[in-house]
Amino acid sequence: MTIAIVCIAGVGLVAAIVLAIADKYLSVKEDPRIGMVTAALPGANCGGCGFPGCDGYARALVAGTAPNGACAAGGDACAAEIAKILGVEAAATEKRVALVKCCGTRSEAIRVGDYNGICDCNVAAATAGGDKGCTYGCLGYGACANVCPKNAISIHDGLAKVDKRLCIGCGKCVAICPKRLIELVPASATIHVLCNNPDKGPSVRKVCGVGCMGCHLCEKNSGGKEAGHFTFQGFLAKVNYANPPADAQIVAKCPAKCMVEDAHFESGN
Amino acid sequence: MKTVKSQFKFKGGVHPDYNKELAREQPIERLLVPAELVISMSQHLGAPAKCLVKPGDFVRRGQVVGEKNGFISVCVRASADGKVKAVEKRLGPAGGKADAIILDTTEKPEGEAPAVADGPVLPPLDWKTASREELLKRVEEAGICGMGGAGFPTNVKLNPPPGKRCEYLILNGAECEPYLTADYRLMLERAPRIRLGVEIMRKILGGPAVRIAIEANKPEAIKAMEAAFADIDGNVEIVVLPVLYPQGSEKHQIFATVGRVVPEPPALPIDVGCVVENVGTVAAIADAVELGEPLLDRVTTVSGGAVATPKNILAPCGTKYSDLIAFCGGEKEPVAKLISGGTMMGFAVSTAEIATTKTTSGLLLLPRSKVSQYSSQPCINCGRCVRACPMNLNAAEIAKAVESNDIKAAEDAHVMTCIECGACSFSCPAYRPITQFCRRAKNSIRARIAAEKAKAAAAANK
Repeated sequence: MTIAIVCIAGVGLVAAIVLAIADKYLSVKEDPRIGMVTAALPGANCGGCGFPGCDGYARALVAGTAPNGACAAGGDACAAEIAKILGVEAAATEKRVALVKCCGTRSEAIRVGDYNGICDCNVAAATAGGDKGCTYGCLGYGACANVCPKNAISIHDGLAKVDKRLCIGCGKCVAICPKRLIELVPASATIHVLCNNPDKGPSVRKVCGVGCMGCHLCEKNSGGKEAGHFTFQGFLAKVNYANPPADAQIVAKCPAKCMVEDAHFESGN
Repeated sequence: MKTVKSQFKFKGGVHPDYNKELAREQPIERLLVPAELVISMSQHLGAPAKCLVKPGDFVRRGQVVGEKNGFISVCVRASADGKVKAVEKRLGPAGGKADAIILDTTEKPEGEAPAVADGPVLPPLDWKTASREELLKRVEEAGICGMGGAGFPTNVKLNPPPGKRCEYLILNGAECEPYLTADYRLMLERAPRIRLGVEIMRKILGGPAVRIAIEANKPEAIKAMEAAFADIDGNVEIVVLPVLYPQGSEKHQIFATVGRVVPEPPALPIDVGCVVENVGTVAAIADAVELGEPLLDRVTTVSGGAVATPKNILAPCGTKYSDLIAFCGGEKEPVAKLISGGTMMGFAVSTAEIATTKTTSGLLLLPRSKVSQYSSQPCINCGRCVRACPMNLNAAEIAKAVESNDIKAAEDAHVMTCIECGACSFSCPAYRPITQFCRRAKNSIRARIAAEKAKAAAAANK
């Protein structure tokens, strides 16, 4: 018994001495600011900044190879804190959130087939372009919801919807959507065009009851072309988020009913 | 020339209902040029052709309207005279959108009409005196790609890379897809053209042995080919294959005829000294060389229980499905499912406004009684897909891996070897879309490889 205690204690002592020496002479010197910056970042590891996780971004920030303000999730507060640690200027950031540019619900947009394959938008889109009549619209099989690190996207009535409060603007949903209809927009913008179909009015109407026909009425009602609140791609109106329209009156005047005031929803209500 | 039975039988395979009797006895009929053609720039495998015309232009039959755009690409020619109405993105049969020329054939180009309406487009070549390079160039400028379904550019296939030699030229006349009879009718009606095509290809490839592979359920086609090839010299054999799906797959055909196994991708048949061509492609090569006729139209089988009269139609590439259906007398009963291609590997399409391409071998209109709605269940580990898989894959394992988003595990299970024949989905009692899982895994892996390549290229440029 005594021998055992002595032996174990002896081995422990020797190991402790070896470790203490190794710690003194072989330790890796790390910039303490990396840890501090990592702590200041949100820790979501969403990858939205383009670096492998928050730690990767923190290392790049300390090394001076990344601009401060690339973290959409942290926003201004986070950038200011990092600026304090690193002693640099914070670039102004604006919180951006994902917007699904489609409002063709199951009742409004026609479905041209019965799809019973894998529940994934990319797979459905590779099968005859998807079962939705509109080949630009949201398929509603939730590829975006599956990649969202914050569970901010859910499917309602065949459409993906983003919860503005949970969205951190990482852009993963933008990249995965086969129809490329998700866009990161300023969280402060309230007026949106929820359509992604650049075709002419009649062909849009054939497949969807709420598709943009490119009538330019929104542009006229918001002060004309000079005001620059809208841009047009084919027969599709797009909100110019650098100069968004402020007058909510134009929403009700949209004949296609694809313009809405605050398209985001809040889960739980 | 002799006829032999296949010595080799591949593992796996399934026996779907062939339903070939619907269109088997229907001779090939020519469809007159419809009022509107939709000529896609992406009718082949590889880079889509570059569109050379703009709306308002008049084009002549056979004029090059799409330029070859890359090494693995072929040119696209106008299938008829007409005026370009528009150039826009149109949905193709496989689900992707590609640039397409909308041709109004009711408006003819002005000026002098060619002497013969259907006259030759290219100067005819005498294959016996023409050089190998001339023949290869002709195959390329005729816009010929594999007509069996994949659409691989034929001139690339016929020009093996240095150091590789073609020992066997295999003619694919298996047509193992249910319903389809286009190749069968071609073998019956145009056997002399197929023989001429074989002789031309033999010259291009430097005199390989020829194997003509036909499934045993087509005795008439075997007889027709025997008659056409009776007096041919050299090493030529007709190989009668057992009836088994997917006998028409390139790799399985190579094994069934010469007993060689093509290794895993990226290995190609030429790595084991084989070139496989569909009988339709061979006939197209004969036309391109001897008549100067580029690949402008092809035989398409329109069949299925819901079509009034199933037919084998020789139609210009770019004919809309609706025109084909109208030519067959319309629908006999409501169509529950429209399939471009065969039932095993074809694509379900949602509209008849899609147009045929150089690779459209069939169009199936299935009635409600032939289509079932189902929802898939969890895997019950019965192993039927494993038994059915002709590529020796563990399909159940792959499907489960993809279902849980583990693409790496699917890759480790050799999913890239999958030929997407559909035998696994066909045999699954739980109605699992196993082929779709494999396709999804393959697409993700290909996308990842492409992204890695792009990244490496960007790093190299820095």
